[in-house]
Amino acid sequence: MATTVVPPKIKEHRSRGLGTSGNGGFGNLVPSDGSPRAVQEYAPPPSKTGIWVVLAAISMTFAAFTSALVVRQGSAMDWHHLTLPRILYFNTLVLLASGVTLEMARRRIAVFMSGAKNLDLNPPRWLYFTMLLGVVFVVGQYVAWMRLHSEGLYLATNPNSSFFYLLTSVHALHVLGGLIGLTYVIRKLRRVTLRRSTLDTFSYYWHFMSILWVYLLLLLWMKL
Amino acid sequence: MHDISTHAAAHHGPPTSFIRKHIFSLDHKVIGKQYYGLGLAAVIIGMVLSWLMRIHLGWTNYAIPGLHLLSKNGAPGNIMTPELYLQLMTMHATFMVFFVLTVVPFAAFGNFFLPIHTGAEDMPFPHFNMMSFWTTFVAFCVMMLSFFVGDGPTLGGWTQYAPLSAVGAAAGPGQGSGPIIWALSIAIFCVGQLFGSLNFIPNVLDLRCKGMSMWRLPMPTWAWFITSCMGLTAFSVLMPACVMLILDHVAGTSFFVPSNLVINDQLQPHSGGSTLLWQHLFWFFGHPEVYIAIVPGMGIVSHVLITNMRKPMLSHRVLIYSMGALAVLSYMVYGHHMFVSGMNPVSSLLFSFPTLLITIPSTIIVLIWIGSLYGAKLRINSASLFALGFISMFITGGVSGFFLAQPAIQILLHATYFVVAHFHFTMAIAAIFGIFSGTYFWFPKMYGRMMNDKLGKLHFWLTFIGVYCIFMPMHYLGLAGNVRRYQAFVVDYMQPLVGVHQFITIAALFTGAVQLIFLYNLIHSRFWGEPAPANPWEGTSLEWSVPSPPPHDNFGGRHVVVYHDPYQYGVQSSTGDYVMQDSPEQVKSAHEEP
Repeated sequence: MATTVVPPKIKEHRSRGLGTSGNGGFGNLVPSDGSPRAVQEYAPPPSKTGIWVVLAAISMTFAAFTSALVVRQGSAMDWHHLTLPRILYFNTLVLLASGVTLEMARRRIAVFMSGAKNLDLNPPRWLYFTMLLGVVFVVGQYVAWMRLHSEGLYLATNPNSSFFYLLTSVHALHVLGGLIGLTYVIRKLRRVTLRRSTLDTFSYYWHFMSILWVYLLLLLWMKL
Repeated sequence: MHDISTHAAAHHGPPTSFIRKHIFSLDHKVIGKQYYGLGLAAVIIGMVLSWLMRIHLGWTNYAIPGLHLLSKNGAPGNIMTPELYLQLMTMHATFMVFFVLTVVPFAAFGNFFLPIHTGAEDMPFPHFNMMSFWTTFVAFCVMMLSFFVGDGPTLGGWTQYAPLSAVGAAAGPGQGSGPIIWALSIAIFCVGQLFGSLNFIPNVLDLRCKGMSMWRLPMPTWAWFITSCMGLTAFSVLMPACVMLILDHVAGTSFFVPSNLVINDQLQPHSGGSTLLWQHLFWFFGHPEVYIAIVPGMGIVSHVLITNMRKPMLSHRVLIYSMGALAVLSYMVYGHHMFVSGMNPVSSLLFSFPTLLITIPSTIIVLIWIGSLYGAKLRINSASLFALGFISMFITGGVSGFFLAQPAIQILLHATYFVVAHFHFTMAIAAIFGIFSGTYFWFPKMYGRMMNDKLGKLHFWLTFIGVYCIFMPMHYLGLAGNVRRYQAFVVDYMQPLVGVHQFITIAALFTGAVQLIFLYNLIHSRFWGEPAPANPWEGTSLEWSVPSPPPHDNFGGRHVVVYHDPYQYGVQSSTGDYVMQDSPEQVKSAHEEP
């Protein structure tokens, strides 16, 4: 057994300039105990991996729902075509727009947190726009459900309506969860303690909600 | 100056209030112990339920004293009705599979030791970690609630097959509220486990200390990492299935209930659902779940054996690759639970082939263990005995699985006691032996006191004999055609088998009584055990480099640097025949030419 050992090589990450210091970016945050600490080495913020864990779990959930829909469609002759309420297309644009406003917010925040004193930036503004669009989306989904109610289509009316309500409401619940996360991000930003990794994590989640919605819309349009 | 890796882990100071210290704790060590306590409570409940079932199976008309307290209508004159039997069976399996086998080897030991093994101060998201325990606790309470609501718990088995589980009260006592409570509890449980995976995976990938490459992680950590990847994908599928089951109950949907179903002369209002859909969704979760139950045990057993053999395994990497292969293949085999379900017989072939294939990594793992043990002077203590017991149980259970992997044989053996024997050997005994091994091995670290080794060895031998007496005859019963999930054997051909059942019952009660030795040892050692040194087993991994029990931030503020792989045994060093992972000492092999 060869057992000669050399001290391990520490993998050095090359600095990528602005906003890539070890604690997730945005330079050296002043910690709560007041003593500034020089950041020595880059360590990947665990939230970068954590968000992929979350997205994988959500993907598997909707994969299960998708397979349930496909199997259910093939299992009986009671599949009735359901015309999707047109407001869904408007809601889709709203959600995609919220992704755009989020990206605009991110760029402004990166500049702001690196120390620029340009007060015209107003970084929370674009996050508020994102929140507003998110709320409009959820309200729009509710309107879509009410449209179906007015046509006499409820949760248990037929399998198409069951899956429509199930998929859209589970997605809307996740969007609501994202909005709660967004309030947390805005709160941190206003106290100037927002880590870049936190904002990035939220952005991944929010963009995933958009992608997931586009997927669900296609699925509902094709299958229901 | 703080190393950034310690900063990246959540930095929380030691708690001061009682609530923060012992109840709503952010410390992964406390959370691990809380999970262990939950598993202990669940295993006692599960065992008591099994005793009641076994007494009834051996002596069907016996009036068990006090049984009427358990169920309003299920035990008139203290004699168990068939429905109560099924309810007890369902709850026994549910508590054991979810709240014991998923919780203890993975969440309990994993939470305590994974951050220490990686050299981290704590899990990356301690609030989510705390929530993972309390969510699981809420799921446990919800499941317990089903005993007290309506006609008692659901009787559909831990597999909750539709349409029995989906049609509601028409299907029998306990089916009104029981399945709803069951599905709600399990859905909450899934969320709790997902919060756990959310901590385990980033800890392994991002919070390893200096020098700790992935290959230098100890075996249990690899096992927990692989298990949390499986849990991530499996629990996320069970949760939607439970949601749809609840909707079938409360909202009148028909995901799982077919048309024209008449139950107890009542035409069910549902239509068009697919009962097979539930089985596909459930078993897609269900098969990875059984590997979630066993893989941590494999990691623990490897760790215990290496430490006690004083030499590493034949191949560290092949063991890890094999565990990974088990995890990947586990998603492809789930249909072997459905060979006789009525699905397309061609798919039986498609599931049978990977099921046979999955025996290959399992066999590789077992052969590495046995090959490594060959020629080793194994230190015999309670932990190593239970580790050996694990190997024995896993082989026995695995061999019976090989028969069940073949559809043609399944036609005979499906839903017989042969299946019961198989899964009890692999899950009930092997995984539990893994838990015992981990307990005896790690108790000194967790509580700072040694367990009584004499009592531990007694516990081992009596349990080993006991479980073989319980479960070995079940293979014979299954081959003789003894159907499972029946509460009495009134059919002619099963009458002669009642004697075997009585023998099994006596063995079960005996083995259950033996566990009191373990319980006594656990509690006595906790308060009055001999104080434990930091490294009682002369181990090399990082948990043995910290005091027993470890301080709040695990390493007392020092910056851990790892210089070796985790199993430097059989070497000549200043400490003896081993080198700790974080020791910079350069060593020579004990077998090198001078």
